[in-house]
Amino acid sequence: MTSTLTLPENAPPLKAESKKLDFYYGDFKALKGVSMPVFENKVTALIGPSGCGKSTYLRCFNRMHDLYPGNRYDGKIQLHPDEVDILDHAVDPIEVRMRVSMVFQKPNPFPKSIFENVAYGLKVRGEKSRSFLEDKVETALRGAALWEEVRDRLDEVAVNLSGGQQQRLCIARSLATDPEILLFDEPTSALDPIATGAIEELIGQIKDKVTILIVTHNMQQAARVSDFVAYMYIGELVEFGATSDIFMKPKRKETEDYITGRFG
Amino acid sequence: MSATLSKRAEELRGIIRVHKRWDAVFATLGLLAMMVGVLTLAALFAAMITDGVPRLSAEFFTEFPSRRASQAGILSAWVGSMLVMLVTALFAVPVGVAGAIYLEEYAKKNWFTDIIEINISNLAGVPSIVYGLLALGLFVYTFGFGQSILSAGLTLALLILPIVIVATREALRAIPQHVREGAYACGASQWQVVSHHLVPYGMPGILTGVIIGLSRAIGETAPIITIGALTFIAFLPPMPFSGDPPAGIFDWLFSPFTVMPIQIFNWTSRPDQAFHQNAAAASLVLVVLTLGMNATAIWLRYRLRKNIKW
Repeated sequence: MTSTLTLPENAPPLKAESKKLDFYYGDFKALKGVSMPVFENKVTALIGPSGCGKSTYLRCFNRMHDLYPGNRYDGKIQLHPDEVDILDHAVDPIEVRMRVSMVFQKPNPFPKSIFENVAYGLKVRGEKSRSFLEDKVETALRGAALWEEVRDRLDEVAVNLSGGQQQRLCIARSLATDPEILLFDEPTSALDPIATGAIEELIGQIKDKVTILIVTHNMQQAARVSDFVAYMYIGELVEFGATSDIFMKPKRKETEDYITGRFG
Repeated sequence: MSATLSKRAEELRGIIRVHKRWDAVFATLGLLAMMVGVLTLAALFAAMITDGVPRLSAEFFTEFPSRRASQAGILSAWVGSMLVMLVTALFAVPVGVAGAIYLEEYAKKNWFTDIIEINISNLAGVPSIVYGLLALGLFVYTFGFGQSILSAGLTLALLILPIVIVATREALRAIPQHVREGAYACGASQWQVVSHHLVPYGMPGILTGVIIGLSRAIGETAPIITIGALTFIAFLPPMPFSGDPPAGIFDWLFSPFTVMPIQIFNWTSRPDQAFHQNAAAASLVLVVLTLGMNATAIWLRYRLRKNIKW
């Protein structure tokens, strides 16, 4: 393996890894040499105080930063098994986003029908067969635990759903295209506790099919949903490890201070 | 109640009375100021209606202008106005919307696009006669379109282009960034984001801008006179296919024409009082047309926005 990381013994297979990743908003260096593995079909949580760069790091994985001028990456993010560096200029960000999907902080369904929302990722790939789309939409909605609630009103406008339903719809929209990695950027911070519980349960269910990276500022959530945790502070990766290790016996003093609430 | 307290209350009441007096003074002045505008408009309207309504009849819409006021109609004027508006819309809408999308979504933000932005706002304030002079040189002579419907339509299109561009940009800006990001995150290309999302979601605002632009254009007189619209037209532009094909289809574009405001202007300038009634009737038609267009804009915006929220 070409990895620069020292991985724990009997670690699961790698899905992706960032290697010495720097990121700049103009002149501001927001990420400093972040090297980290992302294990296949596991949930990796990114935690840390506001402004630590966890969302910035997440948004490197689908090249979201390319939408805005003045942003610059340095270093690599390799996707396995083909080892393509998704930050390479030769790789089109659209290709990256077709492989790595994203669910946002605020539910952002399109003001279109429920069906059109879920089918959108397939539509941009040029898929037109109605029966194929219907199949995929149903599978995705079932996968997002939303099918029973919306099966009779697929033609209704998605923005009339509740916040929690909207977020599950956005998860279905991401699942419909069978992404390799699914990014969650604080997916429950705009939701009530019941809807939050539903989303967390869902994350536990879909990780068999997709590798998950989740940013959260809620430590209990990280402990509940994740298999691995990365603690970041001011653009640097402070500590990475199995969730139980990070929460029970962190190696670094800073990590311990943060998770015990003495700081941040 | 103790004596000191009631004295204090007296004082306070005195102060409040003085303050209230100023409230009343301003309310009166404000009412007067408002009435200057409203009553003038109402009086104009009333005069227009009392003068014009008796002249409104089916014949008024189907007759050409005439030397006899009682037989004169606005057929050539309203047909001319409609055709000019058609050309204006067909040119201003695609160009304005495309320009706005380019500026808002594609163009890099630098000093050059900053200058363009400032100038688009400035263009909206250029007197319309200047557009007329520009069009006279460009469309009528340089391009050789003549004093035609095409020249007039293009002139008015230039005139309302800033309105369409500004309205479209506002509509695009009102679409939240997280909706764009959601579409990009699905793997959409920039053009897919524009055509699947931004244009449909911006449509209420874009349509409003277009209709407000057109309702301004339909009342414009100065630039149309400058490029040489005739004041007395007793024929209609040729119907499509009436000439020799293939040119026959678009012959009407190059036809001489008149429009409603010019017809009104022409009748008003005549000494015969009977023509003034015609002018009032035609003005009424024009005002109703403009108000109708604005009402359509409001209705469309309301209808289309019902299902677009974030």
